[in-house]
Amino acid sequence: MASTLGNPTSLGNSAVSSPTAQAIYRRRRRGNTVLLSLSIGATIFGLAWLVLILGALLYQGFSGLSLAVFTEMTPPPGSSGGLLNAIWGSLIMTFGGVIIGTPVGILAGTYLSEYGRGNKLSTVVRFINDILLAAPSIVIGLFVYEVVVVRMGHFSAFAGMAALAILVIPVVVRTTEDMLNLVPNQLREAAAALGLPRSIMIRHVAYKAAMSGIVTGVLLAIARVSGETAPLLFTALNNQFWSADLNAPMSSLPVTIFQFALSPYPDWQKLAWTGALLITFTVLALNIVARAFLSPKAQK
Amino acid sequence: MVDAAMTGVISAGMDSAKLKRMRRFRAGDATFRGLTLGAALLVLLLLGGVIISLIHGSIPALSTYGFGFLTTQSWNPVTEKFGAMAPIYGTIVTSFIALLIAVPVGIGIAIFLTELCPPWLKRPIGVAIELLAGIPSIIYGIWGLFVFAPFFQTNIQPYLISFFEPIPILNSFFAGPPYGIGILTAGFILAIMVLPFITSITRDVFDTVPAVLKEATYGLGCTTSEVVTKVVLPYTRVGVIGGVMLGLGRALGETMAVTFVIGNAHKISASIMAPGTTISASIANEFTEAVGDLYTSSLIALGLILFVITFFVLAAARLLLMRMNVKAGN
Repeated sequence: MASTLGNPTSLGNSAVSSPTAQAIYRRRRRGNTVLLSLSIGATIFGLAWLVLILGALLYQGFSGLSLAVFTEMTPPPGSSGGLLNAIWGSLIMTFGGVIIGTPVGILAGTYLSEYGRGNKLSTVVRFINDILLAAPSIVIGLFVYEVVVVRMGHFSAFAGMAALAILVIPVVVRTTEDMLNLVPNQLREAAAALGLPRSIMIRHVAYKAAMSGIVTGVLLAIARVSGETAPLLFTALNNQFWSADLNAPMSSLPVTIFQFALSPYPDWQKLAWTGALLITFTVLALNIVARAFLSPKAQK
Repeated sequence: MVDAAMTGVISAGMDSAKLKRMRRFRAGDATFRGLTLGAALLVLLLLGGVIISLIHGSIPALSTYGFGFLTTQSWNPVTEKFGAMAPIYGTIVTSFIALLIAVPVGIGIAIFLTELCPPWLKRPIGVAIELLAGIPSIIYGIWGLFVFAPFFQTNIQPYLISFFEPIPILNSFFAGPPYGIGILTAGFILAIMVLPFITSITRDVFDTVPAVLKEATYGLGCTTSEVVTKVVLPYTRVGVIGGVMLGLGRALGETMAVTFVIGNAHKISASIMAPGTTISASIANEFTEAVGDLYTSSLIALGLILFVITFFVLAAARLLLMRMNVKAGN
């Protein structure tokens, strides 16, 4: 553009009407169209996978849904059955992991936001927590294997719970801190002006104000761990039968899917798809509910 | 207003009951603070515990094989000869393929969401992309094995092989029979899995570009593509790289999806269509069946290597994103 404008012959006309300027203008327009179409294409490409995966799950898994899935145990190859013990195991271990992990996560998040805001320790803890948040879950499984399974001498549902709890903690720490940071300082000051001790201020004022956000964090943590397979493979192992003994190996939906999907038996593969459908829609529903819980103010 | 009699009453009431309550408050305060501090320290302890237990578990393997563990390709449970080179190679190559696909697509989606998308469509698309991140990894695995791999085998791989056949160096990458499963398939599935992470971080850092900068550029007569490439991307470069590193961290450690589609072969092939293995897939496939201390220890040593690699990648990602946040002023 600059050279065309500097050219004395084009002074009389508008810049756009000179041939070179028009060429440049067309080229820029073309570049713009190309980039924007590429970005629209990328979006369609990205969303297509969601549709394809959910479509395949519905197509393959829906036909296998029946009452038997929820009332019968996992079958031996070649006979019919359900996923009751796997569903039960998943519920128990997810529940246990969340019950252990949530209080720790909320307390640590409280420290980061209320007591240690800005100090060195909380910077380090936040950094490490962010790394744990994205650390490979199979490594957490190895850790629990080393410290729980090897010590106890056998696989157990306890070990599975411990592994899931370790995955819950960073999610809850992160959301608790973020949500407490959103609580206006005036609320804290008002409580302090009434003479409330700090711990009571946190528990009765700050927690109440951040409640919906903290619940969101817990729901997201449940969503995350309920589909986790890798940390359960060698902690809770698997169990073909109904077991309520927390000190014994326990079946879980993801591990059962893993075992059944890679088996050569069509019945098992069918059950794996049905289990996959159950897990995915539970996790997606939890994700959507968690988002709905969040007040619009806290949504980025 | 407050007269001497009144203050007298208050201080008289303070002495026993109220002092006791004050003390209880103070004790409760200290306990609660101690609890939160303990929980925060527990997070540090967890990371330390993970590192120490992995090192402890891998001592037998590392003391037997030494540095050669990293450079040996053989993985033979019968002769107890283990080397980590094939899984390390597989991990790095699948993650590289994943980024090669996911980075341009993720940035494209972020451009669409921040520059082009009508406001009413922003949230639904954003949520849909985040749901993609919510789908458990095992679902990608079962889908990849039963739906994607057969499709890939019959409809895409033969064309790739014949397309690259006449090109000298590239043809060795795309050689061999179309198995369906293999390194390339695993990389592709990983790309879909890390796409949401890269997209959401890129979108967030794109949102930090001050509107004034963009408006000024539009005011000069620039097109949207020029605004994106000359203002938005240079301004957010550090953050985008941070997001990509975060995606890389995810891709390196991803287990279940890869385990289904990689083929679990402990060898390094020139062709990316061939089956291979990754660190996490090896552990997931073999750990419960591993007999002998050396076998188990070698798998734990693989876990240690994976953890060290992802630790540094994720730490770098966080540091870059922190720098971006400082720039954005929060």
